[in-house]
Amino acid sequence: MNKVSSLRSAYAETLIELGKKHENLIVLDADLAMSTKTVLFKNTFPERFFDMGISEADMMGTAAGLASSGKIVFASTFALFASGRAWEQVRSAICYPKLSVKIVATHGGISVGPDGVSHQAAEDIAIMRAVPNIRIIVPSDATQTRFFIHEAYKTPGPFYIRLTRPALPVIYEDRYNFNPLSANKLKDGEDGAIIACGIMVFPSLKAAEKLQKEGIGIKVFDMSCIKPVDRKAVVEAAKTGHVVTCEDHSTIGGLGDAVGDVILSEHPCYISKVGLSDRFAESGSWNKLKEKYGLTEERIYKEMKNLLIKVRQKT
Amino acid sequence: MDNDELKETARLVRGDVIEMLARAGSGHPGGSLSAVEIIVTLYYKVMHHNPHNPHDDNRDRFILSKGHAAPTLYSILSRLGYFDRTHLWSLRKCGSLLQGHPYTFDTPGIDASTGSLGQGLSFANGCALSAKLDKRSYRIYCVIGDGETNEGQIWEAAMTSARYRLDNLCTVLDFNELQIDGRIQDIKNPLPFREKWEAFGWNVFEIDGHSFEELNQALEQAKEIKGRPSIIIAHTVKGKGVSFMEGKPEWHGTPPTREEADIALRELGFVDGVTL
Repeated sequence: MNKVSSLRSAYAETLIELGKKHENLIVLDADLAMSTKTVLFKNTFPERFFDMGISEADMMGTAAGLASSGKIVFASTFALFASGRAWEQVRSAICYPKLSVKIVATHGGISVGPDGVSHQAAEDIAIMRAVPNIRIIVPSDATQTRFFIHEAYKTPGPFYIRLTRPALPVIYEDRYNFNPLSANKLKDGEDGAIIACGIMVFPSLKAAEKLQKEGIGIKVFDMSCIKPVDRKAVVEAAKTGHVVTCEDHSTIGGLGDAVGDVILSEHPCYISKVGLSDRFAESGSWNKLKEKYGLTEERIYKEMKNLLIKVRQKT
Repeated sequence: MDNDELKETARLVRGDVIEMLARAGSGHPGGSLSAVEIIVTLYYKVMHHNPHNPHDDNRDRFILSKGHAAPTLYSILSRLGYFDRTHLWSLRKCGSLLQGHPYTFDTPGIDASTGSLGQGLSFANGCALSAKLDKRSYRIYCVIGDGETNEGQIWEAAMTSARYRLDNLCTVLDFNELQIDGRIQDIKNPLPFREKWEAFGWNVFEIDGHSFEELNQALEQAKEIKGRPSIIIAHTVKGKGVSFMEGKPEWHGTPPTREEADIALRELGFVDGVTL
């Protein structure tokens, strides 16, 4: 069993590590510093931390002003508010002038759980993908989170990095050699491919292992960088003829559509999207919600089996 | 620059604004004309800036939160040498250096991309926080509209400025009493301004926004106020300088026709039109 580790803690620890080296790193939060864990940075560098209060729009505008003055700004709150409440500020004040504001949005997806729909961001990737100049990252474990926080610091321009509330199984060893723009192929196979991000990568891997036991070889890609999406990896997946995408997000506009766009234009094949299907979820533990809304290893397994059968029947 | 020279500059800027808008065929005369003396005073009397080095780290920053007054800012920037005057006549046209609302990437001298109302004061706070962190002495100036205070983000930002004691920030409120749909009192009624800004922890000046003496005095006095941000409530006339535009909300976002522009220019003393 893989060790489980918090992405939010990895984020905060990396902020402190970077903050020690770089005077120009500033952190903003919108009254959720305990939850996003930026409080750890605040405790270490109080003079470089600003709590903007419950005003996400103001936080994004302030972040833009700081970035225009040469600061690298990490701005954190829950994903729903970072993307939804402050969308236009992110678009016009940050992305249009390409300012170095790194939005690290925690509590993405319905895995937020008991707080319910008001706090579950299942549309954030879709609305952020539509904005030019921003890179969208959904790390799948703590190691990858650390890598991308470093990457965001050193890469000019806006980032949207979406973290989960639950701690996640560690997939990558500490020294894993990430390429920021490439999907990570976690398993190879010739019969089909699963492309997943974030909290859904680990169950995707488990589903592929189960299929392997039945003699079905499935590639698994961790598509942590959703924008720009790794087109080469998508084409490699499409060449198997069967692609299942998997995300804790609406099936509209998220990873599934980012992958689908590439498949449609570069290598058409059958694709099936696992995610929240155009509906709101509800309060509940993540364990219960993932069963009810179809975000489990079992669901991915079935989706791939069904896709393989469907394609065989049609051809 | 003495008072007469400032007045002449304001007249020339108004001429540019009318000519730009007539040529563009769209844009915002009313709020551009009301803000002329405010922005002229800032650029010609108060702010430290360098047209030959628009990105000078120590320059004072200017954020035109009411971005629709861009023509006034563009005219002033071109007159100061930030870019060639000929660009003024391509305002709002495809491929132009001058976007309909200010954009940092395209236009030399623009410190903040604005236009969507309510956002500039937050940006100004970010600049002011940065200056404080770096212990630099440059100041941040932000011009907001009166209708713009309908936006909740203005008040979020107003709390931030006071909370972080941003005395290096001075906001000017262009109080021309009108917004697109009518008198500000009849739309959402953001009044009273003085009491609101004082309650939010700001130092408040209230002046005639077309008086260079009063603008200069308030902007200089604001530099001496420590521990809190200052706002200058500048009483202005929308469409100032063109008789048929003054006090008329319908001139908020309607450009003059060529004929109307020529009448306006004659009123402003440009008998043969503006010098292109």
